[in-house]
Amino acid sequence: MGKILFFKLMLLVPVLLFVSVIAMAQVGNVTGTVTDSADGTTLPGATVAVKGTTVGTVTDMNGVYTIKVNPNSTLVFSFVGYEPKEVLVQPNTTVNVALQLESTMLSELVVIGYGVQKKGDATGSLTAVDAKEFNVGSITNPVQLIAGKIAGVQITSGGGAPGEGATIRIRGGSSLSASNDPLIVIDGVPVDNDGISGSRSMFNSINPNDIETFTVLKDASATAIYGSRASNGVIIITTKKGKAGQGKGKPFTVSYNGVFSLNSVTKKVDVLNGDEYRALMNERFPGDSMRLGLLGTDNTDWQSQIYQNSFGMDHSLSVSGVIKKIPYRVSGGYTDQDGILKSDNMKRTTISLAVSPSMLDDHLTVNVNAKANFEKNQFAERGAIGTAVQFDPTQSVLDAESPYGGYWTWLQDDGIPKGIAPANPVALLELRDDISDVNRIIGNVQLDYKFHFLPELRANLNIGLDKSSSEGTVTVPENASWEIDVVHGSGYRSEYTQEKKNELLDFYLNYVKPLDVVHSKFDIMAGYSWQHFYRDNYTFSGNYDWNYDTLTIIDKTESYIISFFGRFNYTFKERYLLTFTLRNDHTSRFSPNTRSGFFPSVALAWKIIDEPWMAKARSLSQLKLRVGYGVTGQQNIGQGDYPYLPRYTYSDIATQYEMGGVFYTTLRPEGYDAGIKWEETTTYNAGLDYGFAKDKYYGSLDFYYRKTEDLLNFIPVPAGSNLTNYILTNIGDLENRGVEFSIYTRPVVKPDFNWELGFNASYNKNKITRLTASDDPNYLGVYTGGISGGVGNQVQIHSVGYSSNSFFMYEQVYDADGNPIENLYVDRNNDGQITEEDKYHYKDPNADYWFGLTSIMNYKKWTLTFAGRANFGNYVYDNVSSENGVYARLYRPEGPYLGNITSNYADINFNDPRYWSNYFIHDGSFFRMDNISLSYRFDNLIRKKASLVLSATVNNVFVITGYKGLDPEIAFGIDNNLYPRPRVYVFGINFQF
Amino acid sequence: MKYKIKFASLMAGLILVSTSCLKDLDTVPIDPDELTSASVYENPASYKQVLAKLYAGLAVSGQQGPAGRSDISGIDEGFGQYLRGLWYMQELTTDEAVIAWNDQTIKDLHWQTWGPSDVFITAFYYRIFYQVSICNEFLRETTDSKLDERGVSGQLRTDIGYFRAEARFLRALSYWHALDHFGNVPFVTEEDEVGAFFPEQISRANLFTYVESELKAIEPLLVGARQNEYGRADKGAAWMLLAKLYLNAEVYIGQARYTDCLNYCNMIIQAGYSLEPEYKDLFLVDNANSPEVIFPVVYDGIHTRTYGGTTFLVHASVGGDMDPAASGIADPWGGTRTTSAFVNKFTDITGETDSRAMFFTDGQSLEIEDISLFTHGYAINKWKNLKSDGSAGDDIYFVGTDFPMFRLADVYLMYAEAVLRTGSDVTTAVGYINQLRERAYGDASGNITSGDLDLDFVLDERARELYWEGHRRTDLVRYNYFTSDQYLWQWKGNSTNGVATNDKYNLFPIPSADLTANLNLVQNPGY
Repeated sequence: MGKILFFKLMLLVPVLLFVSVIAMAQVGNVTGTVTDSADGTTLPGATVAVKGTTVGTVTDMNGVYTIKVNPNSTLVFSFVGYEPKEVLVQPNTTVNVALQLESTMLSELVVIGYGVQKKGDATGSLTAVDAKEFNVGSITNPVQLIAGKIAGVQITSGGGAPGEGATIRIRGGSSLSASNDPLIVIDGVPVDNDGISGSRSMFNSINPNDIETFTVLKDASATAIYGSRASNGVIIITTKKGKAGQGKGKPFTVSYNGVFSLNSVTKKVDVLNGDEYRALMNERFPGDSMRLGLLGTDNTDWQSQIYQNSFGMDHSLSVSGVIKKIPYRVSGGYTDQDGILKSDNMKRTTISLAVSPSMLDDHLTVNVNAKANFEKNQFAERGAIGTAVQFDPTQSVLDAESPYGGYWTWLQDDGIPKGIAPANPVALLELRDDISDVNRIIGNVQLDYKFHFLPELRANLNIGLDKSSSEGTVTVPENASWEIDVVHGSGYRSEYTQEKKNELLDFYLNYVKPLDVVHSKFDIMAGYSWQHFYRDNYTFSGNYDWNYDTLTIIDKTESYIISFFGRFNYTFKERYLLTFTLRNDHTSRFSPNTRSGFFPSVALAWKIIDEPWMAKARSLSQLKLRVGYGVTGQQNIGQGDYPYLPRYTYSDIATQYEMGGVFYTTLRPEGYDAGIKWEETTTYNAGLDYGFAKDKYYGSLDFYYRKTEDLLNFIPVPAGSNLTNYILTNIGDLENRGVEFSIYTRPVVKPDFNWELGFNASYNKNKITRLTASDDPNYLGVYTGGISGGVGNQVQIHSVGYSSNSFFMYEQVYDADGNPIENLYVDRNNDGQITEEDKYHYKDPNADYWFGLTSIMNYKKWTLTFAGRANFGNYVYDNVSSENGVYARLYRPEGPYLGNITSNYADINFNDPRYWSNYFIHDGSFFRMDNISLSYRFDNLIRKKASLVLSATVNNVFVITGYKGLDPEIAFGIDNNLYPRPRVYVFGINFQF
Repeated sequence: MKYKIKFASLMAGLILVSTSCLKDLDTVPIDPDELTSASVYENPASYKQVLAKLYAGLAVSGQQGPAGRSDISGIDEGFGQYLRGLWYMQELTTDEAVIAWNDQTIKDLHWQTWGPSDVFITAFYYRIFYQVSICNEFLRETTDSKLDERGVSGQLRTDIGYFRAEARFLRALSYWHALDHFGNVPFVTEEDEVGAFFPEQISRANLFTYVESELKAIEPLLVGARQNEYGRADKGAAWMLLAKLYLNAEVYIGQARYTDCLNYCNMIIQAGYSLEPEYKDLFLVDNANSPEVIFPVVYDGIHTRTYGGTTFLVHASVGGDMDPAASGIADPWGGTRTTSAFVNKFTDITGETDSRAMFFTDGQSLEIEDISLFTHGYAINKWKNLKSDGSAGDDIYFVGTDFPMFRLADVYLMYAEAVLRTGSDVTTAVGYINQLRERAYGDASGNITSGDLDLDFVLDERARELYWEGHRRTDLVRYNYFTSDQYLWQWKGNSTNGVATNDKYNLFPIPSADLTANLNLVQNPGY
């Protein structure tokens, strides 16, 4: 019934309009002045248009306009940066209009945990970034969309592979050995960060084009509603929903987005070429026929052999609209990217569907989101990156005689490859086949019901599922030199599958009650959440013929989190805001005695700007003070799902023990900590949201202090007291303190030219304050930071009083000319010898300051954007040089075989590797121009219904740094054969109708 | 209207339903490879599988071969393997071995400059206590009352009696390693439950008494010498350990117990062990069931894999111009060689007279200028992944050679030393030594007379007979040659030709990691 009536009304509207136009067809001028509502200044260049027509004009230098109208016309006044205004006018009148500045989205809704909130009412520290501000260009992994956009957030990609994952740190890490990754919530479904077999990154399941906003919750008053998983911040990803087509009479919008990219290698590790290498060998080993006899005659640049310029493309098509009052959005995407490391490829197909109907007289709103992702990978053997640096440059790539795929190989006298010598880097790439096929579905159904008899009360039910299934195979043929077993059959094969499942049920009630008599508003929410994580891995491996060394690994595990949570918002006089949240989490990972944890938070905000006495402070347009306190937890401890349970595990078939001629599979009792529990991070936050000059400048300033207690730390147990020597237990404290500042400004606001600039700056200092039960001052700490070279060597340490991951080195001694003297270190403890006790804490890889800069310039139909980031005070250990820059690497007697060295060998001038010389620690401060993009927009195509945007973008434009290695941006500060980040030239096309 | 009421009450009802799911939190492992300690012993087969782990703790590094699901952490898994750790402590610190690699603090071992935070020392220490802990766990779970509870009876009950005695032997073996290397260590038995507590430190002398009493207590409970399944400990193994304890008693408790040592040596000798006819066969893949071996650590190229153990011994010893195939492997690691001091124990290093001289000298220098270079110092190819007929082992990457931890030749040499130190008649001892030399020389040409037999001769003969088998450090300490200037070798004390070092190095330090973790511990003197 209602449906039909609606359509009838829709038909009636234009008819009525038409009739009225005919009835009073007396044309005349309307004039007036357009001003700023705040200070009354005139606005030159504002647009004045007659609604529903193409008639329009622009205000003059004095903000004055004149326009011809029919009676009962509606004029639309608009100006960049101001809220548009519609006014009904009659001919021959004067209409002055005051436009209100766009309130910098203060009234916009932001997604918070279990609900939405007006941005202006937020009491916690949170930042939302929407599609307009995203990084542009060739972006496969969605997390790159917001790199550099948010103060306090660092996103460091693991390298330059297609779809490569990234390390995300929000306000430094809150943990040492447990996870430091933020909680990711996709359309209300918290997902786990454990990764998916065969996928390059858990984020790749989402098409970047489907994302509407990222909301990053930073302080505990914002995150504590997520309790035990919130210590490292929360990133809420909201995908695009259906909405009516833009423009008149358009029931839907179709949008196509295409990206075509060319990835180019910008830098390689500087090593000797064949001639230089031969010369150096002859100089170092004159007449040594044993060594020189191994030299080849070629000049091979192995790095050029393994890298390529590669192409990629990305297509997305979406349809968004409303059918029968049901908003919908459907999209499909296809990505095909080759890596710059030969044979690396990623293909992805994504499908997403969002429907959001309202029912029961709008009392029930339903939100259905489904995202399906099909990822196919061909993984290149990354070992080739390091091998290409080290491989003898005097040898040729191919060798017609070689039975090992025709690739030149280090061979023993009997023709068998030298097992300890590196394999031919090109063979590593071309012979090894490593493919995967990953399917993932993330979906949720959300019902939001406004009670019929109590409309202030809302019930919200969210049922979610995140399910993935992967399979992959690795095949190394029998002629691959590094998998030769003449006795049992060569080659290697493995097959793996993984099933992952994450099921969610959330339910909450929300009661909102304004009590105007006491100038108060209450907003109360209470809820329950149940979540189940399940994983089943299966791997089968063996030689190529599956008849030797066969091994089956089954790994199946699950965990549950059940939670109760609530939030109480109280607003007094619309300027004093109080938020109190409490979450009670129960995890199956801990014992019944410790599995329940309470995570409270409280925050106060004061909208100072709304105080009557602020009315005179004309230059200020926003001023809000926020203070917050909260406790969050961490239960993602990387120790499996049963760390508290006494368990026994079986050995595999290669660790059996023979007794009386029979091989017994063994049963091992596992170490455990029955009392293991959450890490607790307490955060104090004070922040100020400000705006000046009608929000020409606005932003935030936040100070925070975070202290993690009961740090989950992997420490030695008292020997003999447990069934292992190290255990993860709650011991130690860690603190982070920092400042975040952001400013957004519009240096130019003109009708033809608009420039928006965003800048953010962050400072974070991390310090470990306790690590042991005994507070033993002689305790050095927990070694970490494994390097390449030797076995088990580590160059970093977590020590009390220092930043986490501090480098722990010997202090190099230099000669008069400033050259390092090999194996000569400062005897720091003056005991006459150089021992472990002379190592000291020297710098750390964590940036002290980091900055992000984004600029968007619109000139007529042109748009020029750029975005860049800088880090200061991040130190890098040059493992490439410490391992490969020494003479001992020229000739390896254990082969024997030859190896290349880095070109800086003469500066280093060491015979043997000296891994712990602080000579290899360098300042890695940098500025990286992430992208520069220029686009042009064609409007009103095809009967004014379509638009087209063409863009040219360069990603990873340049890096300014004093660091001489490949790339100073390395998540944990150890530069060791990074997959080079390519420079990407991108052509983009966006077509919309 | 009716549906509205229904819907509203449905929503309200959901709240009640949802709170009833807390029982989901009581999860148990769903992986078929994992059992809880409550359920594991429901299966009668589990007892022997846990016993197998107590032995495997000496042989492999974790539950996945060759590496993975490691038993101990904080160190590269291969380094943390028990035998490899024992070998590092006993051999790299002496004249018998140097290693080329740049692994962490490994060179400190040969230089005798280690400190309490040394990762290799720490790893071996934890390995010892790992063994002690899992033996304790087995003993806790197999008490009479627990077995009664589970209704275990009959043959299984009898077998478990032997298993328990063997678990106590293995614990005693590790405690012996603890008191030999570390002296005063934390002390835990099956009486201590698993959990967060600080074990008390026991003095070296008290630990000596404990190990002695345990071995004596289990002696009647163990299977007779040479009567148990191959690979499992028997009375012979317990006697051997007692003999070793007594031989070194002066070092351990400052009190000579050589007569006790002789008694147990005699018991072993009379139990029917005999020398393997060919010396070289003791170190080959088919050395299992050798009549000479009293207690082995068993390896298999397919079923018992690790980067420690004999896989380490064979691979690390091959490098330079050596043909890997001659050692039965494909991938030499180029690590271990020996010093000239050891080479000089042989008058003929070719092996043609004394077949125990198994040196590889092509392209190798006798003297060591740079420890990091494999070609400095003679290589040794005693350990091989070949069978006695020269054919290949079961696997080319993983070695199947068993490690003879205790063997009869050692008993003969201990006997001779104890006789000399007690001033008894040496006639029998000379006979035993000559049995070893006849095997080595192939005839009587290398035989000695009683006039040749003195303590230094025994020590040198121990080197020639038992080198690279994990005995050297204990022997040098007993002779006070380990740190003193009475005996030097290249790079002892980080000096080309060797210098004396502080006598604190006769004991390893208690690792600083455990000093921090356990407030009851006091560091060894000098560290």
